[in-house]
Amino acid sequence: MKPVLTLQGVSFGYKKVKILNDISFSIFPGEFMAIIGPNGCGKTTLIKTILKSITPQAGTIHIQGREIQDLSNKALAKHMATVMQTINPAAMTVRDYVQLGRLPFFGKYQFFETRKDMKIAEKYMQLTGVADFGDAKLNEISGGERQLTAIARALTQEPTLVVMDEPTAHLDISHQVRVLDLINTLKNRLSLTVLMVLHDLNLAAEYADRLVLLNKNNGRIFKTGTPEAVLTESSIQQVYQTRIRVRPNPVSKKPWVFLVNDQAAKQTNEIGI
Amino acid sequence: MNHKIKEWLIILFGLLALVIAVGLLSLSIGSAGIPLKQIPQILLKGGDTAEYSILMGIRLPRILLAISIGGSLSLAGTLLQGMFRNPLVEPYTLGISGGASLGVCINILFKFYVVIGVIAFPLSGFIGASLVIFLVYNLNRKDQNVQSNRMLLTGVMISYVASSLVMLLMALSGSDDLQNIVLWIMGSLDEPNTALIKISCMGSLGALLISYIFCMDLNALTLGDDEAANLGINTTRTKKILFIIASFLTGLSVSIAGIIMFVGLIVPHFVRMLTGPDHRILLGASFLAGAAFLTLSDIIARMIIAPLELPVGVITGIIGGVMFIWALSRKQVTL
Repeated sequence: MKPVLTLQGVSFGYKKVKILNDISFSIFPGEFMAIIGPNGCGKTTLIKTILKSITPQAGTIHIQGREIQDLSNKALAKHMATVMQTINPAAMTVRDYVQLGRLPFFGKYQFFETRKDMKIAEKYMQLTGVADFGDAKLNEISGGERQLTAIARALTQEPTLVVMDEPTAHLDISHQVRVLDLINTLKNRLSLTVLMVLHDLNLAAEYADRLVLLNKNNGRIFKTGTPEAVLTESSIQQVYQTRIRVRPNPVSKKPWVFLVNDQAAKQTNEIGI
Repeated sequence: MNHKIKEWLIILFGLLALVIAVGLLSLSIGSAGIPLKQIPQILLKGGDTAEYSILMGIRLPRILLAISIGGSLSLAGTLLQGMFRNPLVEPYTLGISGGASLGVCINILFKFYVVIGVIAFPLSGFIGASLVIFLVYNLNRKDQNVQSNRMLLTGVMISYVASSLVMLLMALSGSDDLQNIVLWIMGSLDEPNTALIKISCMGSLGALLISYIFCMDLNALTLGDDEAANLGINTTRTKKILFIIASFLTGLSVSIAGIIMFVGLIVPHFVRMLTGPDHRILLGASFLAGAAFLTLSDIIARMIIAPLELPVGVITGIIGGVMFIWALSRKQVTL
């Protein structure tokens, strides 16, 4: 199987600080891959190199076999859609915003969406449940609804790869689950490939097929693999420099990471856990 | 889409009708009282009558200039506000008008217009405006988050510097040049040079057409540079071209009619309330509304202390200044 996205030896830094150091991995069709790591480890920088917002100082990034630096923004937007932490709460309607997802497919002097464009936008608005508030403005809906709208817009681009930078960062627990459940369902239904930066290790464990754990100390990948392989007590303690425990989630059996506060740690030591 | 286009066409035709109505009103107002009813008759008869000469030789050119300059300033404001996602940005607050006026002053003082002709006015205005816009942009490019607020402050400062330099030039200039500069700075739509009026009309319409090529890019830019780039927009190239268009429109207006404040601020602001933020309607509607607003302001400027007339910038400055404060005091202003 050919990978959708391949990073090979990607490095990036500012002056003497190396943020990304020789990053290499591939994502395969239909995979949900999450990038995890402590604050400042370069997760967002890595996403920016993939989105072509910044150019890596070394290494290559290929999407479906083509080097992204050789692709125009427009050509890239046909392969890859993005969902960021938030979207600008502009005064445009949800429907108009979702329809902007067809922009990469516009001709040079095309000013209006075709019937087909509108059908595609409508289809993904229905799938994501945002059609119900399609006529509301972005600045009138909640943060959770805005993220669903951003997902609808990304899907409207009909991409092979969706790149998401902490799409649940500003959401409460119910919206986090709602958004990630939706992404998971759509991923299977539409054979999407998803690359997502996630801060929350438990969400990453629950939803991702594979994880990339970045190490802040040297800017390198610490470990890549299934949640079970990556989310071990020793690797998390080493990378995050904090006290945690990992147990199987009683429902999903996926690794479940929970923190141990100072007081609790002392008590557990006393009782020998 | 059909529903949307229908609505947009109604707005555009409504505004066009408003421009025509205000234009006709302006045509009938002046020291030589020509009643509105008689205008068609006079125009049809044509020929040698004094009324015909007044209408075609004095009033109509003035109206055409008001339409093209009002449209230009409003369009420039719309483009800049769309690019910077800030409804308080316009050629005047960004210092572009100041740059253009400095350019024109240098032209008057060094008499470039004697060497290369009347085109030196719009050209010097355009160069001055372009220099300021690139300066403001590059000074604020580093920190994306506070970009537009810092840019406004930088723009205001550059405006001060430019007007100080204009005063310096005035202090250094001889009495003839001084008079030329003062007359031009006061700003007027009474332009005797038909070549400049033609340049203004064609230039503003041309700029409107070219800016339409970027209407979808502007819609995407409303979401921020990153998201626009992720939607396939070449943001750097688009912004550069739009900067050039905005500088051209501002340079053109300032060089011909002097500094006319706030048209680029208040007109797009109110048009956006009417049309929403979609640039496919916003560009055309702003142009027409700006044209109607300046023509109306010119009527007020001519009537208020008739038979003398006020510089039209006084009227737009007062209305615009009040509106600016009102816009600032609103809790949340989004594009």
